[in-house]
Amino acid sequence: MDQLDYFSVSRRGVLASGAAGLAAGSISPQVAFAASTPAGERAITMQTVSMRINGKAQTLDLDTRTTLLDALREHVKLTGTKKGCDHGQCGACTVIVNGERINSCLSLAVMHEGDEVTTIEGLGTPENLHPMQAAFVKHDGYQCGYCTPGQICSAVSVLKEIADGVPSHVSAELTGPMEASNIEMRERMSGNICRCGAYSNIAEAMAEVAGDRA
Amino acid sequence: MKPFSYERVSSPAEAAAAAARARGAKFIAGGTNLLDLMKLEIETPHHLVDVTGTGLDTITETDEGGLRIGALVSNTALASDERVKRDYAVLSRAIVAGASGQLRNKATTGGNLLQRTRCPYFYDTNQACNKRKPGSGCAAKEGVSRQLGIVGVSDACIATYPGDMAVALRVLDAVVETVKADGTTRAIPLGEFHRLWGDTPHIETVLEPDEMITAVTLPKPLGGTHIYHKVRDRRSYAFALVSVAAVLDAEGKGRVAIGGIAPRPWRVESADAALPDVKAAARALTQEASPTDQNAFKIALVERTLAGVMAKARGEAA
Repeated sequence: MDQLDYFSVSRRGVLASGAAGLAAGSISPQVAFAASTPAGERAITMQTVSMRINGKAQTLDLDTRTTLLDALREHVKLTGTKKGCDHGQCGACTVIVNGERINSCLSLAVMHEGDEVTTIEGLGTPENLHPMQAAFVKHDGYQCGYCTPGQICSAVSVLKEIADGVPSHVSAELTGPMEASNIEMRERMSGNICRCGAYSNIAEAMAEVAGDRA
Repeated sequence: MKPFSYERVSSPAEAAAAAARARGAKFIAGGTNLLDLMKLEIETPHHLVDVTGTGLDTITETDEGGLRIGALVSNTALASDERVKRDYAVLSRAIVAGASGQLRNKATTGGNLLQRTRCPYFYDTNQACNKRKPGSGCAAKEGVSRQLGIVGVSDACIATYPGDMAVALRVLDAVVETVKADGTTRAIPLGEFHRLWGDTPHIETVLEPDEMITAVTLPKPLGGTHIYHKVRDRRSYAFALVSVAAVLDAEGKGRVAIGGIAPRPWRVESADAALPDVKAAARALTQEASPTDQNAFKIALVERTLAGVMAKARGEAA
């Protein structure tokens, strides 16, 4: 490999290999790490976990430290789900597990044995968009797009939470049906940050889908 | 993150035994706080005991007419429970005032009680912090302390317990039920669950290392008007500067607990007795205050937030 080839490694390739080195590669990492663990360092533990991701059964052999987010991106290669802050503050990593939205960065993959995980790739396809995806396109609910997969997974879940009677901080009444009002959607989406500030358009997109459902 | 071994358990007894067996073990349920701290290597467990399979995820009625909330009931499920919404509204209100929808779906009743402080000097591993590294000092006292504690704090630590749910549980006289590896169980009143920092701010609760929370029980409903009022720098998804959980009657008598000012939800008997006199109650709640220059405003904020809550309880425009 000449020098030019060496430097032509893509940015994504570098990021992926860096994360894989931390998490787990495909070349029997347990043996490799165990053999090279210096005295006093902790040995890495590998664990097998099976879950259904977007309807497809997946069995993964992972370093126990691997988050659901890294498992999705680096192991299953579903890169639609994004890593923003990696600390549960921005919501870019939001996915739907067993029907509820969660921050996939704050959840260990090994704790999802038997779970049903839905990512942005599982909501719809470019040819057959989920109504929320179509509404985001129609209402321009994004600019750079980085937070969008998390926004959409969250938005879909918010409408379900409202339908299920989950209260929010701005709900006037705790009992009885919850409203899909603008103020409700803004409060319920506060765990998803958009640096570009597409919030008002996101709320418009959600209002359209909520209205169609009502 | 430091490597750790991992096991799943299927009963509380098994969980406590597993924690007693392994060196440096921690229970994990929702993981939203523990995993965050593990990434920063503030928490470095050698072994994680996954308790999500222990079946403690139901809310049942007690013989005394109250509720027993399983330790694994999520914040969302608890806030949405029809019995809680109807009879313990202050608890629903406190829960939905905290965190985000995603976090509330994962956070559990037991885990939320163990949420560690959000003091920025605890999180910044380059700073002195007696809670993170006993004996290293407290950078917060001379630092940015606007968010930090004014009562129940010590020379060693001025951090606060950050949660909202526990403030409501305190006003409701909740009790924490636990089990240990030797099979013994105990019931700890919430007011005795979180320790004041003293000289050992790294020890935050009365739990022993192999002791697992199994449930939180609520006495029979109190009636009255239930209010949770949270004052913060941002309208949503921010920790409290001051919060008030209140259960009051039409005359404004009843009980209050304050969040955001102390190592534990702050409730003072003489303050409850002083109600509906807001000034006297606020004085009782903050008489031992030792604030910094930056958070002395919280003394006045306690009184003003209480006044707002009182006006609401009496049906006046707050």
